[in-house]
Amino acid sequence: MQPFNLHHYNGDTSLDNFPLSNTSRFLAGGTNLIDLMKLQVETPETLVSLAKWEKANAITEDDNHYYIGAMVSNSDLAKFAHTQPALSILAQALLSGATVQLRNRATTAGNLLQRTRCYYFYDTTKACNKREPGTGCSAINSMNRIHAIFGTSEHCIATHPSDMAVAMMALNAQVHTQQPNGNTRQIALRDFYREPGDTPHIENHLEDDELITHISIEKKANGTQYYHKVRDRSSYAFALVSVAAGLKIDDGRVKDLTLAFGGVGTKPWYPQKAIRVLEGAEITPEVISQAAEAELSSAKTYGSNDFKPELLRRTLEKVLLEIAEHQEKHPEHEGALYDNA
Amino acid sequence: MATLNLNGKDVSLPDDPRTTLLDFLHQHLSLFGTKKGCDHGQCGACTVIADGERINACLVFAFQLEDAEVTTIEGIGNGADEALHPLQQAFIERDAFQCGYCTSGQICSGISLLRELSNEDPSAVTYSRSRNSTASLKEDISERMSGNLCRCGAYPNIVDAITDVIALEKQ
Ligand SMILES: Cc1cc2nc3c(=O)[nH]c(=O)nc-3n(C[C@H](O)[C@H](O)[C@H](O)COP(=O)(O)OP(=O)(O)OC[C@H]3O[C@@H](n4cnc5c(N)ncnc54)[C@H](O)[C@@H]3O)c2cc1C
Ligand code: SF4
Ligand code: FES
Ligand code: FES
Repeated sequence: MQPFNLHHYNGDTSLDNFPLSNTSRFLAGGTNLIDLMKLQVETPETLVSLAKWEKANAITEDDNHYYIGAMVSNSDLAKFAHTQPALSILAQALLSGATVQLRNRATTAGNLLQRTRCYYFYDTTKACNKREPGTGCSAINSMNRIHAIFGTSEHCIATHPSDMAVAMMALNAQVHTQQPNGNTRQIALRDFYREPGDTPHIENHLEDDELITHISIEKKANGTQYYHKVRDRSSYAFALVSVAAGLKIDDGRVKDLTLAFGGVGTKPWYPQKAIRVLEGAEITPEVISQAAEAELSSAKTYGSNDFKPELLRRTLEKVLLEIAEHQEKHPEHEGALYDNA
Repeated sequence: MATLNLNGKDVSLPDDPRTTLLDFLHQHLSLFGTKKGCDHGQCGACTVIADGERINACLVFAFQLEDAEVTTIEGIGNGADEALHPLQQAFIERDAFQCGYCTSGQICSGISLLRELSNEDPSAVTYSRSRNSTASLKEDISERMSGNLCRCGAYPNIVDAITDVIALEKQ
């Protein structure tokens, strides 16, 4: 591992005290960054450790919002979300990700900013535009079973691997940040990530010196919720396809729908075209198929991931039909599909 | 001086911040009970308990655990007579290992699991349990233990050993 200069941020001093640049990184749990540093995929000259930033470990709420500190662990967030019926989808997504050991260290901000699991990105002997801009993409004409079908470009087709971010996309979470000059910003998660285009190494709209302080989620009813993750083994594997959905039905028609897809996009995928078809509709296999088709009209596959459109169609159908059926039977239900069925 | 507490004793943090907790245990403290399987968070052989929570020692720098209380397999047995922890005993009785390489991680993980179950921490399987009445404690244990791979495939016996200790604790 390359040597680095180490600094500690405890929340009390200004970020101005640190040499933040494109060669510095914040270190949260470290479960992704340390891994990448061992492989020299990441070679930061400066690390600013957030381990002593106690304040960022809190989850608070007021009448309208939940506020989740950047350093809240994935385990603690899952435990909290599990107690809030409207956040069930978030609890389910978190608990489907990684393992207890990893979730105990992984943080909220770190999870949003984790890098792709593209095999070539991890292998420094292979060309990769994300790791080394301009070198080419080894995946596009090669093994790309785990790769994206939405938001890809000729320069990169890597997926964003997070489960948590998919649920947060559905829940319209807001990212709150701070910069050394004291400026703070709020960015909707749905606008936070960038598609690769011809700069796949730039993955989001954060500046190099910008720190995520917390995430906020509006309190609202999300109806019956289901995070369904399809993967190669039943636990401890990334999603090939995942669907996060919350549904309220009124009078047989969709009243409120919250929806996002994982494993298929270069960013956690917010399927606007599918949502437009489903809004106000009666949930039937035909409507779901139209919604899937609408979204898939912009999908592109690359060989080994040709199975993903069909897998997405089937997963979407299963999830929506099951939660719609549950809503019909229990119109006021709020929480996990399998809570008290 | 910056320290962390390891199995009840304060130890100074390594000078080189690149030292992971796992390498610190091996190279500075000569504690080899914690194993290195993959060094990338993918196997669980390096599982230790930090401030009551199980973590992968290979994906954390020692300095991130300043002032934390870390327990490794060497600190699991009790007291001066070095009695085995009930889960260690259950692993022996149930033959819950073959080569033994994953065992220290399995045991640290299993001990944390006992606490997580008694705290009623949710898991992916507790979610669907009510839907599928055949989902059992064993399935829940398997899900919660999925972060510990065993190349010898001792899984059924590991789950049995943990189930035994849960039954013991209920008595
Ligand atoms: C074997 C394995 C399996 C996994 N399986 C899954 C899975 O199934 N699903 C899933 O979703 N995830 C999975 N993960 C990924 C895991 O969720 C991430 O590694 C974790 O969430 C990253 O969080 P962290 O706090 O450890 O981040 P770090 O590694 O500390 O940081 C990650 C990135 O975020 C930046 N960063 C962190 N905090 C801030 C901040 N406050 N402001 C600005 N930048 C910041 C860092 O600079 C770094 O670039 C898996 C990981 C492993 C190793
Ligand atoms: S898909 Fe992206 S991350 Fe993977 S090799 Fe191509 S450029 Fe690199
Ligand atoms: S050695 Fe740490 S998880 Fe494999
Ligand atoms: S006993 Fe050999 S790896 Fe588990």
